[in-house]
Amino acid sequence: MRRLVLISVPYLWLLALFLIPFLIVLKISLSDTALAIPPYLPTLDLSEGWVGIKAFFAELDFENFRFLTEDDLYWKAYLSSLQIAAISTLLTLLVGYPIAYGMAMAPDQWRPTLMMLVILPFWTSFLIRVYSWMGILSSEGVLNQFLSWIGLIDQPLTILNTNTAVYIGIVYTYLPFMILPIYATLEKLDGSLLEAAEDLGCSRLSAFWLVTIPLSKQGIIAGCFLVFIPVIGEFVIPSLLGGSGTLMIGKVLWEEFFNNRDWPVASAVAVLLLLILIIPIILFQRNEQKQREREG
Amino acid sequence: MTNGRKHMMKRLTTMTAACALLAGAAAAEEVRVYNWSDYIDEELLEKFEQETGIDLIYDVFDSNEVLETKMLAGGSGYDVVVPTGTFLQRQIVAGAFQKLDPSKLPNLENMWDVVSQRTEQYDPDNAYSINYMWGTTGLGVNVGKVQEVLGEDAPIDSWDLVFKPENMEKLAACGVHFLDAPAEMIPAALKFIGEDPNSHDDDVIAKIEPVYAAVRPYIQKFHSSEYINALANGDICVAVGWSGDILQARDRADEAENGVEIVYNAPKEGAQMWFDQMAIPVDAPNPDGAHKFLNFIMDAQNMAAASNYVYYANGNKASQEYLIEDVIGDPAIYPSEEALNNLFTTTPYDARTQRTVTRLWTKIKSGI
Repeated sequence: MRRLVLISVPYLWLLALFLIPFLIVLKISLSDTALAIPPYLPTLDLSEGWVGIKAFFAELDFENFRFLTEDDLYWKAYLSSLQIAAISTLLTLLVGYPIAYGMAMAPDQWRPTLMMLVILPFWTSFLIRVYSWMGILSSEGVLNQFLSWIGLIDQPLTILNTNTAVYIGIVYTYLPFMILPIYATLEKLDGSLLEAAEDLGCSRLSAFWLVTIPLSKQGIIAGCFLVFIPVIGEFVIPSLLGGSGTLMIGKVLWEEFFNNRDWPVASAVAVLLLLILIIPIILFQRNEQKQREREG
Repeated sequence: MTNGRKHMMKRLTTMTAACALLAGAAAAEEVRVYNWSDYIDEELLEKFEQETGIDLIYDVFDSNEVLETKMLAGGSGYDVVVPTGTFLQRQIVAGAFQKLDPSKLPNLENMWDVVSQRTEQYDPDNAYSINYMWGTTGLGVNVGKVQEVLGEDAPIDSWDLVFKPENMEKLAACGVHFLDAPAEMIPAALKFIGEDPNSHDDDVIAKIEPVYAAVRPYIQKFHSSEYINALANGDICVAVGWSGDILQARDRADEAENGVEIVYNAPKEGAQMWFDQMAIPVDAPNPDGAHKFLNFIMDAQNMAAASNYVYYANGNKASQEYLIEDVIGDPAIYPSEEALNNLFTTTPYDARTQRTVTRLWTKIKSGI
């Protein structure tokens, strides 16, 4: 009995915070827009009993999903989000791995401080940190003024409101999510393995490539998923730092909802986004499970 | 941003004050106002709290579409909101607002018939709303930079500046922002090609697509509030924006003494005139307090203080004697009789046309 109660807790959590909201969104995605409160039809009228429920279901249809396939905006936005997420995950890995490696190689007494420094930015609001990037990257901003002061440029670079700014913002924001899992695996790495490799005639570089990288694979995979999955749906960074050329599904979703005020289409976009995201999430789960089995 | 920050500070002080009072008084009365960003003199908010003893919670937005989403979702929790005329009309139809009670609004007599007559086309008999501010949609120009790029005779008072690709191609280097507001940017483009800006005909509206396709590569961003700071700092050189916002940018640049000179022009081909109306949502938690706030705003001196601060014209006749010369004497804010005739108003689209328009706008913005 106790066991049953314990198991039911996560399932109730899933039901209340995922399944029910998802069903509500799914229902709206099958409705039609209307100039009313709420701005879609039909709404469920329980006072009419069974007839009302039947009439309600009769009016739902897949019209909005058909609409998404007709307009190439949505596919382009999905693809562009995947591309931006993939590139920024790679960039985050390239920046994050050396940092994690440096932290793991640092003397023991330094590590808590270094760890603290990685987490420190979270003490300030994410929004404020993204806004400060606007101040740094704008054409009269700190970066351009510095570059022209040292004489590297004579015309300000346009970085803000371009995809470059979006990449900078994403790499900056998601860096800790890449560093921490990689650091966790590197920290556990058995140093004697590297010594053994060197004894057997491996150069330091090839030992790093043949021993360290494969042994930190789990951390790299975990870090990449932790960055890739949320970046696909990212909305704040592209809307603040991106320009008219930045196309991301999170932004399109927001525009459907707030600018076009078309809740049914917005919901349909959200349902599809979720279906697309489920694939990497399942892959991530598999990876975690494999790791646990290996350790267990 | 400035408003948002100040507002947070204000909330903190109100909270501390509320805590201090908690021992003595019962829960203090609250009025929640949702207004446009950079759109009021903050001192007025404190004055209202002092005069009435009501706690004022003041939040801001920068797009009619966002406001409408909240109104149509219902249960926004706001007592006073400020949609623009065309949006107000749609939301009245949707049943989002309650009728005003004139007996609680003695200051209604201060209102200006020139404006009230025009707002009646959105809100018959002005039964649901009062005018807060009105203005035009036009061009904010960093004169120095634009003349540097386009020469002395740059068409800074014409839609040619932003809709002719040859001009935009050169301006792209110094930065151009457009409003993210289809209900104003589509009529502007229609005016540029000589069509009726208030056209509801799909075929006519479709004609603006090539106009935007030609200039879109040179538009840095579609956004409805960032341009104030961007113009003032010299980050961009042209913005299609709202009159008072651009005049605020001008003043911020003056104060900063950064050498940036901003000018606002309502394009000579014709510019859109709009009216921001204060209304009370149908589910407002405190409609009584909302009426008190509306009456407070309609006070001649209060309304004048608001206009003197934000550089927008208001619909309050009695306030005019308190307006500073910079406001009442500036034809960019209070246009002459002749210039008024050159301004146009629009009416809301029906549901089907609305969808065509929003799709068209999404397409234009995303460049597909």
